[in-house]
Amino acid sequence: MISESKKSLKPLVSVSAGSDVKLAIIDAGRELKQRLANMGIMPGCLLHVLTNDRFGPFVIAIKGSRVILGRGMAQKIMVEQ
Amino acid sequence: MGKGHMDSKERFAIALAGNPNAGKTTIFNKITGERQKVGNYAGVTVETKTGYSTHKGVALDIVDLPGTYSLTAYSVEEVVARNYIINENPDVLIDIIDMSNLERNLYLATQFIELGVPLVFAFNMSDIAKSRGYEVDIKMLSELLDVPIVPTVGHKDEGVDEMLDAAIAIARSGKAPKPAEVKYGRDIEQAVKKIIALLMPNKKLIEKYRPRWVALKLLENDSEVRGEVRANVDNYDEIIAEVEACSKHINTVCGDQPEIIIADRRYGFISGACQEALVSSVEVRHTTSDKIDSVLINKILGLPIFAVTMFLLFQLIFAFGNPLVDLLDSAIGSFGAFVSAQWPAGADSLLRSLIVDGIIGGVGSVLVFLPLIVLMFIVVSILEDSGYMARAAFIMDRIMHKIGLHGKSFIPMLIGFGCSVPAIMATRTLESRRDRITTIMITPLMSCGARLPIYTLIIAAFFSQKIGGTMLWLIYIIGIIVAVLSAKLLRITVLKGEATPFVMELPPYRMPTLRGILTHMWDRSWMYLRKAGTIILAAAIILWVLTTFPRKTEFDVDYELLGEKARAEYLAEASTLSADIKDLRVDSTTLAEVLDAEIDTPDDVDTILARDAAAGAKVRELLEMRDKIIAARQEYAIAVEDEGLQEGTFEHMKREHLLEENLAEIAATNPELYPVALELIDDIKSKYIDDTTGIAYRQMEEELAYTVAGRIGHTIEPVIRLMGFDWRIGTALIGAFAAKEVFVAQIGVVFSLGGEVDEKDKDLRQRLQSTYNPLIGFCIMLFSLLSLPCMATFAVTKAETNSWGWAFFQIIGLTVVAFIITVAVYQVGVLLKIGIS
Repeated sequence: MISESKKSLKPLVSVSAGSDVKLAIIDAGRELKQRLANMGIMPGCLLHVLTNDRFGPFVIAIKGSRVILGRGMAQKIMVEQ
Repeated sequence: MGKGHMDSKERFAIALAGNPNAGKTTIFNKITGERQKVGNYAGVTVETKTGYSTHKGVALDIVDLPGTYSLTAYSVEEVVARNYIINENPDVLIDIIDMSNLERNLYLATQFIELGVPLVFAFNMSDIAKSRGYEVDIKMLSELLDVPIVPTVGHKDEGVDEMLDAAIAIARSGKAPKPAEVKYGRDIEQAVKKIIALLMPNKKLIEKYRPRWVALKLLENDSEVRGEVRANVDNYDEIIAEVEACSKHINTVCGDQPEIIIADRRYGFISGACQEALVSSVEVRHTTSDKIDSVLINKILGLPIFAVTMFLLFQLIFAFGNPLVDLLDSAIGSFGAFVSAQWPAGADSLLRSLIVDGIIGGVGSVLVFLPLIVLMFIVVSILEDSGYMARAAFIMDRIMHKIGLHGKSFIPMLIGFGCSVPAIMATRTLESRRDRITTIMITPLMSCGARLPIYTLIIAAFFSQKIGGTMLWLIYIIGIIVAVLSAKLLRITVLKGEATPFVMELPPYRMPTLRGILTHMWDRSWMYLRKAGTIILAAAIILWVLTTFPRKTEFDVDYELLGEKARAEYLAEASTLSADIKDLRVDSTTLAEVLDAEIDTPDDVDTILARDAAAGAKVRELLEMRDKIIAARQEYAIAVEDEGLQEGTFEHMKREHLLEENLAEIAATNPELYPVALELIDDIKSKYIDDTTGIAYRQMEEELAYTVAGRIGHTIEPVIRLMGFDWRIGTALIGAFAAKEVFVAQIGVVFSLGGEVDEKDKDLRQRLQSTYNPLIGFCIMLFSLLSLPCMATFAVTKAETNSWGWAFFQIIGLTVVAFIITVAVYQVGVLLKIGIS
């Protein structure tokens, strides 16, 4: 069941506000991935990007709540649009 | 609750659990009211809250478990929550679920189902959900999950009774939900089956835990469960080998680690269930919150708004707090004086010293911080409860990240500029232990308020008005720079690790409740008193011992002899005084006798004066005039001090004129006697007072040098000479360990000025100027800034890190850094001949 997606992936941090994306890969350690998974952030989940200003906050809506991410974090998440 | 009814009354243990921000605490408060208390799980700084209530005749013991998103082993809160459920076996667990976040809240709920504990779900904030057209078929969901679901609106107290009804019903039946087994897919289910087979023979384990839960946790790489399994099975190696093999297989086939797949399937299940149960699916929006956020965290306004807010809050804490601290300080001082007065004046009682100086002084130094702590906790509670804390943490994160810290580190560091003690306690909001410890270690470098007296003294003694302000600013900046560098250093060496990536839920803004704020504040303040208080008290006593013993009985100088000499001089000069004035017929012998009697046996004065009516009357006249003059001057001095009058101001001049008028009045009653009285006061008596106090303080200084603290001062002198310090400063620094304010008092003692001096004392300033130079002065400030956090800080660090190791590391680390830097500055200064004039 290895998914071979031919769609191009981009880092979450480059997604503009107002878009809906699907999370593909998280480039992080085990503990962090689990922490994110607990909040519903894991491969296959749908995210809505609420705000993405260059120096401002990066806020996503997921499963009915808002989560704010640091830019470093947003760079480690690859999504397909 | 009547004692006689204890047997017949039903009593149940209820646990409350749920996501953070789900409204759990509000409901807990509503149920338990005043009857709750807070404690700590052993060895852990997670707070536990327990409370009592009765509902329709049934007694309830309620525990408010920490809010969590899940039940992994990765955070203390989660471990505490699930261990409570496993070990304490509550009769029922109520999961408070935030309806506007249904899926995520159910993620935790399904794990409770898997744990196998009797359950009730409270769908909280159902008013908000309804108003947004978000409707869930509760009945259906309840059947699907096999758990009673009660809609509630916690902060309006709606549905809570029904919730308790359901809870009691479940508790009575002892029924756990037949777990609507979340199916994790073929590969995981197979793995689970294999692992369960290996677990089953271990009776001890199976009795305590549900096998399926254990199997899943092992696949999820849960370290706590691993530990439990190892302790309770015979075939640990076999089990682990199977787990590893299955893990690998799942990774290869499914494309990710088991715990991620499990999380994914869990959410899938929930999604499916919710889709079935959702009547209408209008997405819940945080509209008002978003609007507020567009201002508060936008890229231009966010930081300035934050800076201003922090500034205001800071001012609030210390504007209200400092007067209260002063009040407490003087109250404690008065109490100490009162207790001290229970012994006869001049008695040299060790017990009195222990009680007054050691214990009252020691306990006082704990209580004195209380207003600041209380206010700090109130402010932090408001920030957290309102939801602003998450925004603030984000805004500061970018800057903090560069130092290797987390955005949330900012607030404790800011509070540290006032006092390290509440600052270190405020680090509780940091989730990562590494971040927390790093922040705690560098917080004392944010120059705290107690160091200001030291700076004020030194700056006034060595630096002109113009440079003074810059010097102070320089000290603060140095503190911040060293803090930043230390943080980086710690991050590279002892507290290695990547800076925690920033991920934080942004809860909608809400209005903090008064009860919530007061409860938080009370809980934590009481904890401060209990924990820090014990260590501080012990340290205060130890310090008292160090500065009191050993006692010197034989002195290098015969102080008694000196005292007698001074007295004889005093009386002799009084005699010559009246010899100069020919016509006043003030009898010198009588005068001397009366003055002598005044010192030890004041009751005899009248007897002496009565012996010779004429001579007695004259002497009495003189002395009365003397007393009036002294009284007038004192009135002036007290008025100036109380009203804080400055020289050159109108008010001050008015007071001066008043004094002059009073004195003129007195002089008018007997113009010839007046100058004599003045001479008696200003020349003769003052000299005597100076002499005797000088003698007393010299004795104190000698005693101090003899004590352990004094000797330590002498012993470390060679080392601290590198910084330009001598034994006097060394001894003062030891005192400063108790509390920074003590430095000034100790320096006073060491310079034979007594311990009553404060930083405004002119004599002390002069003595410092003549003994040291500006470079040394600067080094004193530098060393005070960087080193030796006070006893209270040490105590709180130990409490919050739960480790003597870190507390000592902080002290030693800071002192070593301080020493190196100060030595460098001093030696370079001497070399370049800066400030050594």
